[in-house]
Amino acid sequence: MAASLLEVRDVTKRFGGFRALNGVSLDVREGERFGLIGPNGSGKTTLINCISGALRNESGRISFRGCDVTRLPAHQRTRLGIARSFQIPKPFTSMTVLENLCIPLEYAARDVARADVVDEAMAILRRMSLEDKASLLPGRLTQVDMRRLELARAMAAKPRLLISDEAMAGLSSAEVDALLPILFALNEQGITIIMIEHIMRAVMRFSERIAVLDAGEKIAEGPPDEIVKNKDVERAYLGE
Amino acid sequence: MKKGLPLLIAVGVLLAALVATRLVGNRYLYFAGYVIFQYVVLATAWNILGGYTGYVNFGTAGFFALGAYTATVLILAFKAPLPVQIVAGGLVSAVLGLGIGYLTLRLRGVFFSIATLALALVLQTFVMNWEYVGGAKGVSIIRPAAFPPFASYVEFLFFVMAALAVVSAMAAWWIENSWVGRGLAAIRDNEEAAECMGVPTLRLKLLATVVSGCFMGVAGAPFPYYVTLVEPVSAFSLDYAVNSLAMPMIGGTTTWIGPIVGAILLSTAQQVATVTISSELNLLIVGIVLVAFVLLAPQGIVGLVQRLAGRRRA
Repeated sequence: MAASLLEVRDVTKRFGGFRALNGVSLDVREGERFGLIGPNGSGKTTLINCISGALRNESGRISFRGCDVTRLPAHQRTRLGIARSFQIPKPFTSMTVLENLCIPLEYAARDVARADVVDEAMAILRRMSLEDKASLLPGRLTQVDMRRLELARAMAAKPRLLISDEAMAGLSSAEVDALLPILFALNEQGITIIMIEHIMRAVMRFSERIAVLDAGEKIAEGPPDEIVKNKDVERAYLGE
Repeated sequence: MKKGLPLLIAVGVLLAALVATRLVGNRYLYFAGYVIFQYVVLATAWNILGGYTGYVNFGTAGFFALGAYTATVLILAFKAPLPVQIVAGGLVSAVLGLGIGYLTLRLRGVFFSIATLALALVLQTFVMNWEYVGGAKGVSIIRPAAFPPFASYVEFLFFVMAALAVVSAMAAWWIENSWVGRGLAAIRDNEEAAECMGVPTLRLKLLATVVSGCFMGVAGAPFPYYVTLVEPVSAFSLDYAVNSLAMPMIGGTTTWIGPIVGAILLSTAQQVATVTISSELNLLIVGIVLVAFVLLAPQGIVGLVQRLAGRRRA
């Protein structure tokens, strides 16, 4: 079994009196395709905000490649190799698609020489089928291309762990079918992927292992075929 | 843009300013020219934080006056020469920028702006009650004698301010075209995404506040010798805050040339209006022009020209 890339131990996050996460623990192995699901408001996005550093958890520990990153600011975690896409795309609106990728290439991807930044950005755009939109502003992209840009920009940070936060929400099933192979291909290159998704068809097909959150607690973890049969999961989604 | 071009323009502006002091006899023009260059520095400085980074600073007058009062103290205490005043004014305002940045940059949008406005008021109150610099009634400063090749000290000040304008424009040009400027633009577009893409947002914002504050202080340092009566109401004038914000907005906030265009147009208009109509008209002109630009050309003159030229952002 491969070693743990990401270790989440007893992470708790409160917003005022509300416990968004209550003692959540997870292990994601190197090279794994990991699914994170749960009903709305169950704490999925809060958890990855804690992992990526956008939020600080009050207690618990997060380690990445054996280093404790719990207190590191987000940009340093990105440099260590944790990159994420946002549920609601947050492109740099005044920059072209190409320039959007140059930011993480310049700031986060340590092994890319300054002279190669544009070539590298174009290579990523080609892989994402965005190369002919390189000089457009993000405002002129379609929804599916906007999602592609989110993933492409996260890829430009040269991550070891890619967290895809609902990259497929609101897309048609044909569009989902177009995005999934891209994620599979990234995983084959050795990038560990955490997929947060409401589209069950996608997350079940993609993930090797799935964790289920409900009301800030992990209620199940296992391979997809076990998760679909799990009574607690059924109850969380459908009620008693 | 070619690397040599900005340097060429810089040298050209300085030579033109120098030649002007040999040819122009009307002393009023030096006073007016000084003010225009001063606003080039202030608008450029404001734009590094306001335009590139997207944090609107209402406290320009505070940073400017801090530079002016630093120079005043140096004159009263040591009769320090002008270059020392300028460096010290810049440093003190840069430190203020660092401090205020550290305290307030976690605030976003309008909260940051209100904090900077409050800062200017606090500083003004402090100076009003500080007897050494004359308190509310101010202090008179004796301008040094002219020194060659300049026919008067005001001509010298005019040339110094032209040089400071050139230096600040070059600093803005460098920031805009470097990794720093790209990081600042990412912060302006989406701070959360910038941080998650590896941009050290807090450190870059502090850098922007320090550089911006420094140049505002630099612009204020020659003020005592220019006005010869330093008093809080004129040093902390609302004009500085309003103008240094309006000029980049009118010229265009995303490029180094925008604030310069805005500063030259607006302060020239103000100078002309002061002489021909009334000195009270200044802020009215700014207000009307600003409203017109926000409504008709929100990207400023530079943005308008780019759009008309049909460049990539058409």
